[in-house]
Amino acid sequence: MTPPGLSLNEACRAMLDGGRGPAVKFAMELVVRAARVMGATKLVPVTFAHIDACFYAGQAHVDFARFMLDGGASFAVPAWTNNGLVSLADETVRDADTEMARGAKELMLLYKELGCKPVWTCAPYQLPGRPRLGDHIVVGESNAVSFYNAVIGARTNKYGDYLDVACAVTGYAPFAGLHTDDGRKATLLIDTSAIPADLKRQDIYFHLLGTVMGERAGHAVPAIDDIAPDTDEDALKAISAAAAAAGGVEHWHGIGRTPEALDLASITVDCNQLRVETITLDDLSLARQQLTSATDGPVSMVALGTPHFSFTEFAALVPLLAGRKVRNGVKLSISTSRHVRDLIVEKGWLAELERAGADIMVDTCSYFSPAVRGCKGRVMTNAAKWAWYAPGQLGVEVCFGSLHECAETAVRGAVWRDPEIWKGMS
Amino acid sequence: MTTVSARILFAGEAEADVLRLDEPLSFWGGFDPLTGAILDNNHPQKGLHLSRKALVMPATRGSGGTPGGVAEAIRNGSGPAAIIMREGDVNVMVGAAVAQQLYNLSCPVLEVSGQGYDAIASAHRVRIHNDGQIELVS
Repeated sequence: MTPPGLSLNEACRAMLDGGRGPAVKFAMELVVRAARVMGATKLVPVTFAHIDACFYAGQAHVDFARFMLDGGASFAVPAWTNNGLVSLADETVRDADTEMARGAKELMLLYKELGCKPVWTCAPYQLPGRPRLGDHIVVGESNAVSFYNAVIGARTNKYGDYLDVACAVTGYAPFAGLHTDDGRKATLLIDTSAIPADLKRQDIYFHLLGTVMGERAGHAVPAIDDIAPDTDEDALKAISAAAAAAGGVEHWHGIGRTPEALDLASITVDCNQLRVETITLDDLSLARQQLTSATDGPVSMVALGTPHFSFTEFAALVPLLAGRKVRNGVKLSISTSRHVRDLIVEKGWLAELERAGADIMVDTCSYFSPAVRGCKGRVMTNAAKWAWYAPGQLGVEVCFGSLHECAETAVRGAVWRDPEIWKGMS
Repeated sequence: MTTVSARILFAGEAEADVLRLDEPLSFWGGFDPLTGAILDNNHPQKGLHLSRKALVMPATRGSGGTPGGVAEAIRNGSGPAAIIMREGDVNVMVGAAVAQQLYNLSCPVLEVSGQGYDAIASAHRVRIHNDGQIELVS
């Protein structure tokens, strides 16, 4: 069955005809159906996948993975895993006996068996061996979609559950949306000329900017007028994650910094047709208020690492906690990947942080993990994405602040503010 | 009796009472796949049940978790009998296709625009045919 309007090569037709077994046949059927819904006239070969279907959302997820496995499927391209709902590394997860935790673990093991590389991270771009500019890839995790497109210039749409697996198993994706040159053009310019230069060097700026940009852009592709060429990837991660959480941004340009955005002309069809959104200090203040549901006061937890804490973020945190202790009764939770954890073990930082009282969790994230479900009260975070989702997921109150403020707060046990960085904001 | 032609996202047959939603619904977090109840506090029709209804809505609120929510609800028997949207969505189609493959349970997914959508949204009951024709039964 070759559907009308869609051209398929011999390899794709063979999969569709069942030559490679029922699981691959079904996977290709899904890709073809998706291509028709998206209006694609051809499929494009992909080189890499980041699988989100390994995140447990019910028995159907487990049944799907088992169907793929029993039906003889394997991955046509390197397929790395997103976070799981639980950590496979942590045998002490408190509610490991719940149906949810059991299902989550079973699902993660099934994807390992299917041949995924078990990196269990929402920030796979922090690991070596990443895709290159212009590569077509398949990603589902929203911050990673945004980061791969914007910062690396690899091309992916936001693939929902099952379709990510289907594309990775067949090695093809519908040629539509952000896979095409036209789909990657900016339609919106974010004007940041009203923002003071010293604020643009603070870590909070990138979270707040991403939040405002997400709200203004929705699903459009925005271009930020000015991102300094030396802006590090942690800051670009913050923009990517915040814009995806607050809006639905899957691709953005940072003129002067991101690889496709040499200048405005190279990323627009017609610069004169661009909608311009000006961002002021008041807009950033409003974003700060949206990310903060509690007044300053005593905290029960400080949550870092959403998306996963990078090696360089650990490098910034370690001196802030040197020789100090997290206050009794406060949990300092840092979510990261196994890969980055191994790097900080080598440096001796893991032991140092654990001596200070930090709790480093891998494979999963503190905004949904059952391991922190018991947490109540006020939580401080340096991550817009955590602040966006955790109040709904965990039922906690949240205060947003810089990494420095978070570290001080963890030591003091109550929200500490650095008035310097909030100058001009309410 | 009026008939409306739909664009087929996932074909199937169904006959069910119409449940018209005034706002887009998220199938991930916005409803309970165990009971079929709308959970979203911001949704004007919070508390209504989708189960075995012909769900008619403008769009779905996009999420990568949509397919899992749709497939899980169909598996539990608490999902809609059919989903008709003004603005089609890949993820809803994927959820229905996976449920059909894994559980042999059908939930057609269709896209209808313009006046056809308004006609269906104000009907009480519809019959959906395999070729994408939707009969307004009452």
